[in-house]
Amino acid sequence: MNANPALLVVDDEQVVRDSLSKWFREDGFVVGTAANAAEALQQLQGRKWDILLLDIKMPGMDGMELQQRIKEIDSGATIIFITAHATVDTAVKALKEGAFDYVTKPVDPDYLSHLVTNALKQRNLANENLKLKEQITEFSKADDIVGDSAQMQKVYELIQTVAKTDTTVMIRGESGTGKELIARAIHSNSSRRYFPIVAVNCGAMAEGVLESELFGHERGAFTGAQYRRKGKLELSDGGTLFLDEIGNIDMKTQMDLLRVIETKQFARVGGNDIIRVDFRVICATNKDLEKAVAEGTFREDLYYRLNVFSVFIPPLRERKGDIPVLANYFVQKYNRAMGKQITSISPEAMDTIVRYNWPGNVRELENAIERAMVVGKPPAIKPEDLPYQLTEKNHVLPAGSLAGMEKAHIASVLDQNRWNISRSAEILQIDRVTLYNKIEKYGLKKPNAG
Amino acid sequence: MASAINILNASTLEDERLEGISQAVGQVFGLRTSVTPAQLNLDRAFDASRGQYNSTALLAQLLQASGGMDEKRIAVVSVDLFIPVLTFVFGEAQLNGIAAVVSFHRLANPFYGMAPDDSSTWKRLEKEIVHELGHTFGLYHCHQFECVMRSSTYVEEIDLKLGSLCTDCQRKLAGIR
Repeated sequence: MNANPALLVVDDEQVVRDSLSKWFREDGFVVGTAANAAEALQQLQGRKWDILLLDIKMPGMDGMELQQRIKEIDSGATIIFITAHATVDTAVKALKEGAFDYVTKPVDPDYLSHLVTNALKQRNLANENLKLKEQITEFSKADDIVGDSAQMQKVYELIQTVAKTDTTVMIRGESGTGKELIARAIHSNSSRRYFPIVAVNCGAMAEGVLESELFGHERGAFTGAQYRRKGKLELSDGGTLFLDEIGNIDMKTQMDLLRVIETKQFARVGGNDIIRVDFRVICATNKDLEKAVAEGTFREDLYYRLNVFSVFIPPLRERKGDIPVLANYFVQKYNRAMGKQITSISPEAMDTIVRYNWPGNVRELENAIERAMVVGKPPAIKPEDLPYQLTEKNHVLPAGSLAGMEKAHIASVLDQNRWNISRSAEILQIDRVTLYNKIEKYGLKKPNAG
Repeated sequence: MASAINILNASTLEDERLEGISQAVGQVFGLRTSVTPAQLNLDRAFDASRGQYNSTALLAQLLQASGGMDEKRIAVVSVDLFIPVLTFVFGEAQLNGIAAVVSFHRLANPFYGMAPDDSSTWKRLEKEIVHELGHTFGLYHCHQFECVMRSSTYVEEIDLKLGSLCTDCQRKLAGIR
């Protein structure tokens, strides 16, 4: 119970107002009184009341109409009717319109005491629930999505647009671009955010396992099914089902999935009971689904059912501007986790990071920074702390200049031909002397040549 | 500031019966406590439609009766009390005032169809007198389980609490006085 809960007594009889206010003041309530609806509405402007005790029959606006007005001002107001003129109709009407309870005068003191205590408990729980929801909203902000580039700004806009709807979303992008993060961002910005988001990696499971994982199974459905188990579909009831690597599921599961997405009902493996579920589908793939449809390995009807709203996450190499932002973000993240006082990246190391191709996208970048944080020393990450492949010349992108591109190409051809100068010069369509000159100019060295 | 407590006997009980209770009450509040006959007109508080006596009307009579403002007065009656919105009350007090009224009508076992047990009845009456007087000193209902200022809406609850104030209420009382 709050320290000083506030209670407003609205009754046209002075004696009722006096006795109720006295009764509740002794209980430590802040008590206000109003002789009619107009006075009550005036009192509501002044402060928030935890409980309102209303009479039904009052001159002018009656208690029923007053309840409606109060709900317009404070939809969460807790109203208890106390009336001498009880009828079943008025009681039903009062409760239907949101009253907490309805009692007749005179009321048993024990009953009134418990009624108000319960009403306060319920109000406190509702307030607590509201606060917890606010905290969930705060915690569920997908702050791991980092990027200032125009491409990512477009992605953020799409997330905001689609999150408010219940539309099925298909997230496309290379491996490691953060498709699951985008799915979680859509979920946490949707009205389903207080329910779970259940992720299923469709690519990681064999045919029968995926079916059991999605639909659950009854006891004895197959060898080893010793207990009834709920599937991911059931667990996502009210929330979001995130199907990762959707392009990898087999034809039979595709058919089952299509049916459940369309009907929102299914039966567990080995069971007959129909289970109804309410979920939103977000799926992700790095595969060319259109090609899979054309080749007949992915059902066309499921493709159209899933590909209602598409979000494409560009690979990291196409948004170079995001790399320093992401790298610094991961440094801060792992610095907090490891407490190593490494707070920055040296300019040389950052140059290497930016020039790298990042075929594994953000995931690879995060792993590289995590590794560098492990091996590095304060205060900054240096080039030698970075994984080997970043400093390997054949993975380093040309800096953008013609000379840079030439250096990278020559190094690549030499590597492919095991530093056979004649063969490399032939492929490069230059003479051997020119090739030697360029090797010297660019400081290229044969592996294991010292 | 109150310097004495006067228990006004408007009941069918002998004054001597209340003398024992008055000593215990006096100890709780640390004040001289006496028992005197009450000059209350119970008929004026009677509500024929309910067959009960309006405790607020009795309080009004107590306030009109002569007596100093430095004296807390509590009337003990044997009739069934009510306030208009409730089916009954064990007693009523003027919060932070000087007057209170308490009834032992519903404190005795026979009211509930049980065998008489006088010692329980007097103990309950003592607790209710202390409780209502506590209100006149400005004390609110207490959430401590055994404190006499805990709200009681049925006799079993009165039996569960002690006849004394908890340390919190004692501190509040000291602050008020």
